[in-house]
Amino acid sequence: MTERITPATQAAGRATPPSSDEHRRVEEAAARAGQRESTFARIMASSAGRNMGLVVGLLIIIAIGVITAGDRFATFDNMMTILRYASIIGVVSIGMTFVIAGGGIDLSVGAIVALASVWATTVATQTMAADSHWIVMVFAALAVGAGCGLVNGVLVAYGRMAPFIVTLAMLAAARGLAEIISQRRTQIVDVRDFLSFFGGSVLGVPVLVIIFALVAAAGWVLLNRTTFGRRTLAVGGNSEAARLAGIKVQRHTMMLFVLLGVACGIAAVMLMVRTTTGTSTHGLLLELDAIAAVVIGGTLLSGGRGTIVGTVFGVLIFATLTNIFTLNNLDTSTQNVAKGAIIVAAVLLQQRVAARNGGT
Amino acid sequence: MSSSITVFSAKRRLLGTAGAFVLAGALIAGCTSNEPESTDDGDENTAEESGDDGAASGGNANDETGETVTIGFSGPEADHGWLAAINSSALAEADKYDDVELRAAEGTNDASLQIQQVETFINEGVDAIVLLPTDGAALTDIATRAMDAGIPVVNVDREFSSPFAARTTILGDNYGMGVSAGTYACQLIEENNIDDPVIAEIAGIDALPLTQDRSQGFADALDACGEDVDNRVAAEFTVQSGEAVTSNLLQAAPEIDIIWNHDDDQGVGVKAAFDNAGRDEFFFIGGAGSSNAMEWIQQGEMEATVLYPPTQAADGIRLARLLAQGKGMSDLVQVEVPRRIVLNAPVVTADNVDEYMHLGFDS
Repeated sequence: MTERITPATQAAGRATPPSSDEHRRVEEAAARAGQRESTFARIMASSAGRNMGLVVGLLIIIAIGVITAGDRFATFDNMMTILRYASIIGVVSIGMTFVIAGGGIDLSVGAIVALASVWATTVATQTMAADSHWIVMVFAALAVGAGCGLVNGVLVAYGRMAPFIVTLAMLAAARGLAEIISQRRTQIVDVRDFLSFFGGSVLGVPVLVIIFALVAAAGWVLLNRTTFGRRTLAVGGNSEAARLAGIKVQRHTMMLFVLLGVACGIAAVMLMVRTTTGTSTHGLLLELDAIAAVVIGGTLLSGGRGTIVGTVFGVLIFATLTNIFTLNNLDTSTQNVAKGAIIVAAVLLQQRVAARNGGT
Repeated sequence: MSSSITVFSAKRRLLGTAGAFVLAGALIAGCTSNEPESTDDGDENTAEESGDDGAASGGNANDETGETVTIGFSGPEADHGWLAAINSSALAEADKYDDVELRAAEGTNDASLQIQQVETFINEGVDAIVLLPTDGAALTDIATRAMDAGIPVVNVDREFSSPFAARTTILGDNYGMGVSAGTYACQLIEENNIDDPVIAEIAGIDALPLTQDRSQGFADALDACGEDVDNRVAAEFTVQSGEAVTSNLLQAAPEIDIIWNHDDDQGVGVKAAFDNAGRDEFFFIGGAGSSNAMEWIQQGEMEATVLYPPTQAADGIRLARLLAQGKGMSDLVQVEVPRRIVLNAPVVTADNVDEYMHLGFDS
């Protein structure tokens, strides 16, 4: 959510170009202002503390799973089923964590996933992939994701439009374009090598789950250990302060949307593998799942604080719940009621535990 | 297809093919399933061909060009294969008649927009309206107003909440689909001597009455042979949701004997989940009848699918034409078009898939 630049602040930003040392110090101060935590404690103790509620929540859910469907729940196969299901929402949620922590929101992720999956499975793309290498399909999906993210980012950052509106427009436009390209047909993935590469597993762990793990790890490092991450929190916490600190807020905001776009591209590839199709109906309501997972995880919807570990837990809680519901053969209406109750319970629990641990 | 479609390109093709079809129709008259083998000229024409066949079977005085009538058509946004087939077959059907001028409104899932479309039809003074409502109850009032204005309304697939809102209702049989699937499941159990079978059901969107009807029919038919559904999940008619719920379902039931999936659109995902998990110990029955499903049946990867005809709106166009021209249905003694037509939900298996192949829609 970029704020309007007033001439005064613009002048202030330009008039006092900070020296690099000072620059860094101010930047960190801005990050702290957004986050109200000490830097080191954030990474270790407080991060764990903040996530303790989620860990407890997930453990309770797992316990319920073991009690109600022990023989079928606590198997390696079933764990992998949960993780595979979680992996696609997970990758998008990691990207979403950055955008939300940076003060934005993206409603278009599901539509971008759909468009990327369709674009990567057109006859033209698949023929090219069959002639050369399946990596063509991956590039196509990533490029479409990044492109959509770039459009979102440019409109939000430089067009000064509210992210909510920009991405709402992208939601409509990207899905519409996906429908036009696919002619509303389900496009089957024919490139065998593509399916066998991503559909396989390493030491029993599905490649999709490994991708999720890699994306999560990369996201954690990026958010917690790099200038980019620090700037993200600074921009999300107080974009004005961040600007005064010399951060190129507009460019950074744009980059956050591109990052999420790429994540959507990855998710599209994963979805193509899972379903062996690309269609304009992929990723319906994915945005809500992703935003819910991010917020349950403890990332502030207003920006300035973000946690990758929390997001991963948020996703896992959802995936595990869905699995347990199915194992117990619960009907959809009961599932929905339970889901709503558990979302509220998870957030409450997490806040209580965080408060007791002296976190925010 | 935003504003209006007039009959143009079909004329020449019609003179040729319709003649051939009428001949073919005459040759096989008397058969109940009389689909001549038609040449496949591209994957887009499946629905159209089915319409052609219809023209052949109904080759009668009613098909002769009469007074030119204007028909308004409005349906939901074609966001999945079955609805796309509904729309394209309706347009193709209208295309075939020289005396039909079609006003096709853009498909929408917004009930208020659709109400506005019907208002426009009323203001234009069309001769008949074919309406597949986004939501039957929401469109009932405007449809009643059209009827009051003297415009016959043909209600397709999703029913209005008042009998005064439509002159004729034509719809598929969702409860019947469930019954067909359940009865077929019972038959499989008996033929294969399955003791204590595990039966799973993959439904569509649970909040929709059509899903509830299908499930009820399935349960009732199973009940008749002393069985019930052991595991039930509900997807959302999309490939992704089909895959997601099925992968969990397979974990919930390590051994399954029969699976009925309500919808072949989501069936692509259901099938992907089977393949991902390496599971094929069960009989897989589908629903709706997409081309994919029919091909799987031909290849032996699927046991059967229960048809939910995607040509209802095309039939609606025909009925609207008859109503506007004041004709009846020539195969009935009754001189007027019936009030209500419920289409059959046959089971397509390897034995009869060739007869139904042309009705398959691209999901």
